[in-house]
Amino acid sequence: MSIAPGFYLALAGMMFTIGAVGALVRRNAIVIFMFIELMLNAINLVFVTFARVHGNLDGQVLVFFVLVVAAAEVVVGLAIILVIARRRASANVDDVSLLRW
Amino acid sequence: MTLSADAGAHATLAPYIVALPLAGAVVLLFFGKRIGRAAGVVASGAIAGSFALGVASYLGLLAAGEEEREASVRVFDWIQAGDFRVAADLLVDQLSIVMVLVVTGVGTLIHVYSIGYMAGDPRYPRFFAYLNLFAAAMLLLVLADNVLLLYVGWEGVGLCSYLLIGFWFERRAAANAAKKAFLVNRIGDFAFMLGIFVLVSEAGTLVVGDVNRAAADFDPGIATIGALLLFAGATGKSAQIPLYVWLPDAMEGPTPVSALIHAATMVTAGVYMVVRMGPVFEASGGAALEVVAWIGALTALWAALMACFEYDIKRVLAYSTISQLGYMFLAAGVRAYSASMFHLVTHAFFKALMFLGAGAVMHALAGQVDMRKMGGLRKVMPITGVTFMLGWLAISGIVPFSGFFSKDAILASAWQEGRYALWALGVGTALLTAFYMSRLYLRVFEGPVVVPGHAREHGGVHVHDAPPTMAAALVPLALLSVVGGVLNLPGALTLEHFLEPVVGHSEVPGGLTPWLLAGAALLVAAAGIALAAALYLAPAGEARRARIHGRARVPIDAARNKFFVDAIYGRAFVLPGKALSSFAANTVDARLIDGIVNGTGRLVAGASEGLRRWQTGYVRSYGATFLLGVVVIFSILFVRGVVM
Repeated sequence: MSIAPGFYLALAGMMFTIGAVGALVRRNAIVIFMFIELMLNAINLVFVTFARVHGNLDGQVLVFFVLVVAAAEVVVGLAIILVIARRRASANVDDVSLLRW
Repeated sequence: MTLSADAGAHATLAPYIVALPLAGAVVLLFFGKRIGRAAGVVASGAIAGSFALGVASYLGLLAAGEEEREASVRVFDWIQAGDFRVAADLLVDQLSIVMVLVVTGVGTLIHVYSIGYMAGDPRYPRFFAYLNLFAAAMLLLVLADNVLLLYVGWEGVGLCSYLLIGFWFERRAAANAAKKAFLVNRIGDFAFMLGIFVLVSEAGTLVVGDVNRAAADFDPGIATIGALLLFAGATGKSAQIPLYVWLPDAMEGPTPVSALIHAATMVTAGVYMVVRMGPVFEASGGAALEVVAWIGALTALWAALMACFEYDIKRVLAYSTISQLGYMFLAAGVRAYSASMFHLVTHAFFKALMFLGAGAVMHALAGQVDMRKMGGLRKVMPITGVTFMLGWLAISGIVPFSGFFSKDAILASAWQEGRYALWALGVGTALLTAFYMSRLYLRVFEGPVVVPGHAREHGGVHVHDAPPTMAAALVPLALLSVVGGVLNLPGALTLEHFLEPVVGHSEVPGGLTPWLLAGAALLVAAAGIALAAALYLAPAGEARRARIHGRARVPIDAARNKFFVDAIYGRAFVLPGKALSSFAANTVDARLIDGIVNGTGRLVAGASEGLRRWQTGYVRSYGATFLLGVVVIFSILFVRGVVM
């Protein structure tokens, strides 16, 4: 007995939407990061689902790529956030708006 | 053009004749500071070596058969564009070897003279570097086998002339004179360049011999234009009407420069060029030669008139140079090319001598050039005085000095060609020449001793004669001025026959005529000297001069003001030129050009003013834009059915 793929896709869609909205409305850099992770994992879920649907491993392989990229991104991103937090005693992304006209 | 491997042997030295002074110039320019006082010896050695090579080439040329004397040597291939080719060839023939010997011979003496004259100058090595560079350029000019290479030398001597006139550039007058010389010469050089274009388009080659052979087939009209353009170049370089105005001002340069460049060699380049390109001038059916002869004759008279009223001894000599160059063009204009070259050679001797004598006077009198403030100098500086006297007799045309023979050859040729008006102008100029040179000589060297105040010491006179290095140049030049006539004695015509294969034969009068002509020339020379003696040597001279000046105030004042030619040129060309430059700088450049540049900048800045508002700096707004973009793109793809 298996659950229809549509449910997985709906869940992934909801996770992605929550992630996108959250990343846009929150100001704390750490929280934004968490929402981005949420979007990435929504995509991972889609990949796994379709791997199952098509009965091959392509989607699962891609998940590993996404995980690696996410890990690398977190390493760089957290380091930047840490430096900014040390200099400004906050992780508010709206404070970091010097690169503009 | 080399007829056989052996025949052109005497030309093989030609590249080294040019290279030696060039090497001297390069060494002195780069290591002059380290060489220091020895620079004069290095430079003199280089030019003396060049002279030795010139003599060797000359002997080789004499040893070659009559038909094999014209030889060229290829240094390298220079320009190749389609079937138009120019090679850096040097031509050694009778004409160029004469010029080489004059340039290096007189040049060596003037280099040696400069060792004494320039001693104590802070830029001593640089002076010799320029002098050597000049010699190299001048030798390239006379040895060039094609007109383009000749033009390279032509511009080279112009550059050196500029550098040496302005050698004491701290003096405003010297800097201005250098600029004036350069700009006036540029006018002529530009015309010369156009003349070269005419030659290329007509003959398709620039090799002197080929152009001259092809000249016979030129269309007379085009040949006239080409020849007149070439001659316009010559009027600039050789200071003829209307471009003579730079030469008197060029006397601001050191005196050896005036002697070498502005008397003996560079200014004769125009004469040499006209003689060299004679067939092109003849191809115009006489029109171009007519212009050459008349410009020459009128310049001779015009400059001589101004020389009669000038007090600056160097400027008198400068006007005299212009006048004598006029004689040479007069001769070239009546196709008496060898007479022209003969006068060129003797003039190089006696004019260089007199310039160097004037330099010795200035050296002794701390730079004084006003002849009213000196007198009787022969008694205190005998070497200078006596050598100058020989130069004076030579230029005045007293038998048997060199100037008599060369000037007589020119006048005889004019007479022979039936050009009695030109002959009369020449004789009139001879009278003035004898007069103004006697005026100069008698005022400076004869009569009671007069020296400027600062040269007097303890009640006595302290004026030194020329030091050994300077005397070493004066004495040989004086000897050459005396005996230079033997080069081309009437009857023997050595130089004439020597040059004949290159420049062609010219008729000389026979029978009694030459004796009468020579007698007439001698008579006017004597009259000129007598007139000068009556006005400047006789005790009553002062009163006579005052009387003459009282009666002829207007023309004399006009002559003193150079007949207002400089002022007219100033109004007609210099002021409009300055106005144009100022318009270009203050209006065109400041308003138009800057307006376009600044306007472009302002336009871009204005356009980006709106766009830059999008750069908020807020990460979240970038994120929202990003998301919106993705949604829009996917919507479009979705609507068009590309996805799903």
